[in-house]
Amino acid sequence: MSMIQVSNLKKSFGDLEVIKDMSTAVEPSEVVCVIGPSGSGKSTFLRCLNRLEEISGGHVYIDGADITDPKNNINEIRQKVGMVFQHFNLFPHMTVLENLTLAPIKLGKLKPDAAEKKALGLLDKVGLGAKAKSYPGELSGGQKQRVAIARSLAMDPKVMLFDEPTSALDPEMVGDVLGVMKDLAKEGMTMIVVTHEMGFAAEVADRVLFIDGGYIVEENIPNELFGNPQHERTKAFLSKVL
Amino acid sequence: MDTIIESLPMLWEGLKMTLYIFAIAIVLGFLIGLIMALLRLAPFKVLNWIAKIFIDAIRGTPFIVQLFFIYFGLNSFSWVSLDNVWAGIVTVAINAGAYFAEIIRAGIQSIDKGQTEAARSLGLNQSQNMRYIILPQAFRRMLPTITNQAIISLKDTSLLSIIGVADLTQRGRVIVSATFEPFTIYLALGVMYFIIIYLLSLLSSYLERRFVLR
Ligand SMILES: Nc1ncnc2c1ncn2[C@@H]1O[C@H](COP(=O)(O)OP(=O)(O)O)[C@@H](O)[C@H]1O
Ligand SMILES: [Mg+2]
Repeated sequence: MSMIQVSNLKKSFGDLEVIKDMSTAVEPSEVVCVIGPSGSGKSTFLRCLNRLEEISGGHVYIDGADITDPKNNINEIRQKVGMVFQHFNLFPHMTVLENLTLAPIKLGKLKPDAAEKKALGLLDKVGLGAKAKSYPGELSGGQKQRVAIARSLAMDPKVMLFDEPTSALDPEMVGDVLGVMKDLAKEGMTMIVVTHEMGFAAEVADRVLFIDGGYIVEENIPNELFGNPQHERTKAFLSKVL
Repeated sequence: MDTIIESLPMLWEGLKMTLYIFAIAIVLGFLIGLIMALLRLAPFKVLNWIAKIFIDAIRGTPFIVQLFFIYFGLNSFSWVSLDNVWAGIVTVAINAGAYFAEIIRAGIQSIDKGQTEAARSLGLNQSQNMRYIILPQAFRRMLPTITNQAIISLKDTSLLSIIGVADLTQRGRVIVSATFEPFTIYLALGVMYFIIIYLLSLLSSYLERRFVLR
C-alpha cells in the first residue's frame, strides 16, 4: 500500500483553480521532490496532503486512510505526517526543548520524562543538543529550521512534508539543513520536499514532480527529468533554474 | 489634617469595598471577555452574531445607563434580587467584558497564522492550539491594553456610589457632608485611587518583563 495516494485532487480558492487535477502516489521510504514556478501551487499541494487546506475535490489517502472521511480523525492522521515550513513556525514562548515535547506530551504519546529524553536525542541528532534550554529567538535561521525538523520528528511521523525548508535561510545555513534532510532520507523516511535546490533533488530524490498550471506536468527519476525533460514547460522552467 | 486622620478608618472600609468589587468584577469580566472573543472567532455565524451584538450593545451605551438598567431595570422583575453591591459588580464585569472581548480578539488575531498551522500539523486540535500556543502568546502581547482597561474599570467603580454602594467614593461623600471639608477629603480620595492605579501599572510592567517574548 502506498504511504500517500493522491487521486484527482482539486483545490480552488474562490474562482482561482490552483490545483485542477493531480494524481500520484508515494511509496514507503520514497523521497519525492516537487518543483515548479512560483505560484504554481506547490505549497497548496503539500498543504492539501495534511488538510491544512480543505480540498475541493478528489481524494488523499495517508497510509490508507482517506483524510476527508468524517470517520477518520484528522488530528490522528496529522500525527503521522510531519510538516516543516519555510518560516519555521517555532513556538517563540517555549524553549527549544518544550517545542519538541509539547505535542508528544499533550497528545498522550509519551510521559514527560520519556518525551524529554527523546527530544534531547533528536536535538543531538540535528546537532543542537546544546540549545535545549534556548528560546527560538536566540537561534539562527538554520538552527531554527533544524529544531523545526526535530519537533516534527518527535511525533514519530511516517511521512515528512517540507515546504521550501531552505529558501528563507542565508546561503551558509542551507547546507546544515539539507544535511539533516539527507540523513533522514538515508534512514528511510518517506519525504515530500518542495524545493528550489535542484542539486538536492538530483542527489536525494527518488522521483521529481514538476508542477505547473494546476497539473503534475511531468514526473520522473531526477536524471531523466533534469537530463531529458519531455514537456516544453518543463524544459522552459529548467532552462531558467539550472 | 485631623479630619483626614479621623476619617481614615472609614476611608479604609471604603477602599476595601472598592477593591473587593474590583477584584471580583475584573476576574468575571475577563472570563466574559475571553468567552465573547472565542464566540466572535468561532466558525459559526450565529455565535459570531451573539457576541457581536453583546459587544456592540455594551460599548455603544453609557456605563451609568447599564448600571441603572441592571440595578433598577432588572430588579423590577420579582425573580431578580441583586443588592447594590452585586448589581455594581455585575455591571462592571459586563462592561469590562465587552472591552476585554475586543482586546482578546485582536490579540488572538495578531498571532501569526503559521503558529496555528505548526500546531495543527503536529496533531493538536483547535482547543489545544488555543490553550498552549495562541492564548499564551496573545496574552503577553495584550497585557498593556488589558491593564489599561482594568484601570478604566477601577475608575468606573466610583460611579457605583450613585446607587449607594459604600465604596471609597461613597465614604468620601459621607465624610464631606459631615465635616464640610471637600478639598482635603476629595484630595485624599484622589491620592488613594492614584496609588492603587499606580500599583496596578507596576504589576503590569513586572508581568510584561517577566513574560517578555523571547
Ligand atoms: N489561502 C489562499 N487564498 C487565496 N489564494 C491562495 C491562497 N493560498 C494560495 N493562494 C494562491 O494559490 C496560488 C498557488 O499558491 P502556492 O501554492 O503558494 O504556490 P507556490 O507554493 O507554488 O509558490 C497562488 O496564486 C496563490 O496566490
Ligand atoms: Mg510555496
